[in-house]
Amino acid sequence: MLTILFDGVAYGMLLFVLAVGLAVTLGLMNFINLAHGAFAMLGGYCTVLLMQHFDVPFLLCLPLAFLVSAVLGALLERTLYRPLYNRPHLDQVLFSIGLAFMSVAGADYVMGSGQQNIQLPLWLKGRTEIGEDPWTLGMGHYRLLIILICALLTIVLQSVLTKTRFGSQLRASVDDPVVASGLGINVNKVFLLTFAVGSGLAGLGGALGAEVLSIDPIFPLKYMIYFLIVVSVGGTSSITGPLLAALLLGIADVAGKYYVPKLGGFIVYSLMIVILLWRPQGLFSRGGKS
Amino acid sequence: MNSNSNSTKSSKVSSHDLNAMRESLRSISKFKPLELIFWVIAFATPLILPSHDMMISEIAITALFALSLDLVLGYSGIVSLGHAAFFGLGVYTAALFAKFFIPDPLIGLLVCGVFAGTLGWICSFTILRGSDLTRLMVTLGVALILLELANQIDWLTGGSDGLQGVIIGPVLGQFEFDLAGQTAAWYSISISLLVFLIVRVLVNSPWGFTLRVIRDNRLRAMAIGVPVSRVLISVYTIAASIAGVAGGVLAQTTGFASLDVFAFDRSADLMLMLVIGGVGWLYGGIAGAIIFKILQSELSAVTPQYWMFWIGLLLIILVQVGRDRIRGWLTPTRLLGASSRSEIHTNKIANLKEGDS
Repeated sequence: MLTILFDGVAYGMLLFVLAVGLAVTLGLMNFINLAHGAFAMLGGYCTVLLMQHFDVPFLLCLPLAFLVSAVLGALLERTLYRPLYNRPHLDQVLFSIGLAFMSVAGADYVMGSGQQNIQLPLWLKGRTEIGEDPWTLGMGHYRLLIILICALLTIVLQSVLTKTRFGSQLRASVDDPVVASGLGINVNKVFLLTFAVGSGLAGLGGALGAEVLSIDPIFPLKYMIYFLIVVSVGGTSSITGPLLAALLLGIADVAGKYYVPKLGGFIVYSLMIVILLWRPQGLFSRGGKS
Repeated sequence: MNSNSNSTKSSKVSSHDLNAMRESLRSISKFKPLELIFWVIAFATPLILPSHDMMISEIAITALFALSLDLVLGYSGIVSLGHAAFFGLGVYTAALFAKFFIPDPLIGLLVCGVFAGTLGWICSFTILRGSDLTRLMVTLGVALILLELANQIDWLTGGSDGLQGVIIGPVLGQFEFDLAGQTAAWYSISISLLVFLIVRVLVNSPWGFTLRVIRDNRLRAMAIGVPVSRVLISVYTIAASIAGVAGGVLAQTTGFASLDVFAFDRSADLMLMLVIGGVGWLYGGIAGAIIFKILQSELSAVTPQYWMFWIGLLLIILVQVGRDRIRGWLTPTRLLGASSRSEIHTNKIANLKEGDS
């Protein structure tokens, strides 16, 4: 049972890293970006390619995947996303669906429609077991690594947002772009950087989860709903909201698949609808700001 | 949209203005000759292109489905990504009803409408609260739940194999569904026309105008005494039952039901069609369905699996250039009854009501 909990936490952590960029664009910049999964897929494919063809070690792939996705994110933000910030949500939805569709077809064209797997290095394949029988905790080393990296990232992100100058600039730009730019903050640059980091994190998540999530061309559509659940259930006013939502979702999903495999996604979706009806602004949001 | 451009004008309206307004309102609801020509051509297509009967039928069904989404998205401004839920429910209802109860298609459609409408009524309470994102998620979630459900209860729905062996009786006891699909094409077009006419009356009624008032400015609508929640519940219920009917027609004409009717792609494609044709315009869905289906069959003939790429590119261009601007270029095609004009009327009515109070 503890093992399931552990796997759930690992999965949830992974979802959090994947979705946190979306939490920022959607929550802070109020942009509905359904193409977020495409950046994650890019990171995953980067890792697959680098490991298969250039024998790059797994750990080195992670920052590379982050970089590639971040650069692409920055490029797209500058060219395609920025004009849409103030447009109706319908336009944003249409645009990002279009982008997601293109990424799906593009990945299919370049990489083929099959599922890509990576060979984990030996030291990640092991498994440590602690405790007595009913309470055995089996920890896959790979999942342990996921949890470690994600926990580290969360702490870094939270402190960047709350403690640093850039964090305050971002929050100021989001609350009132006009006043912020009047105070000498380069709002466009702040948004550009934020978007790039968000996309990069998605890429990192995709790379990190290449083994558990199974990277294939329909990845952006398959996981879109999960990212959106994390963000909408978690609320968008803080980092901790999406984190808790992601953990909840991860545990519910893993446990659901283990105990009642027939009901599968049914539980997750019903839970989401109930939560959203109960608290439309998200489970962990404080104010009534929409 | 110039939704606020009229609000600064004086709010006093003279009786002369009032009469002019009534006249102009009446003129939009009049049936125009071009519309008649359009429907005549639509009914003639199965004769002109007998080899494309199934395609024609599919376009008519899709147009009906798009009409349903237009009520919600175009007229009421609710972004829904899960409209396939009602369509899919209609498909399975029609198939199961014909298989286990009565094979008569028209009774089947009524049942579809009632079932999907009931689901729509229940779901309508979920779209009243929250932001665009919450609504997006909830509508999407309902479609996904139904998909899971249809997949799990495979003793009834056939699961992922689909539901086969549905035999539909003749329409009105006269016209058998043939293999070539000519009856199917006419049947689909007739049902589409029937529903279209009902919707046409609805959106040009005072109720239809309150929809647009809510879309353009919900706060103001509340302030002038429009029962926002009640209107939204009713429009969502009606739209859902129309989607259910569209699904029912699909099941009856193809004699088959499969899980992909609930898929996300279907909702997304539908929204795309509507946007291509133009939202908030009754013929938008029809135009979009025709363009989309023809493009799809042409482009997939060239590169079957990369159809998604082209449609994605089209979407991005559409949004980047601006939907309104593209529509501006195509003004001649909007002779069938444009929406920006009716929007101005909506504003006038909003002002009028302000003047009264």
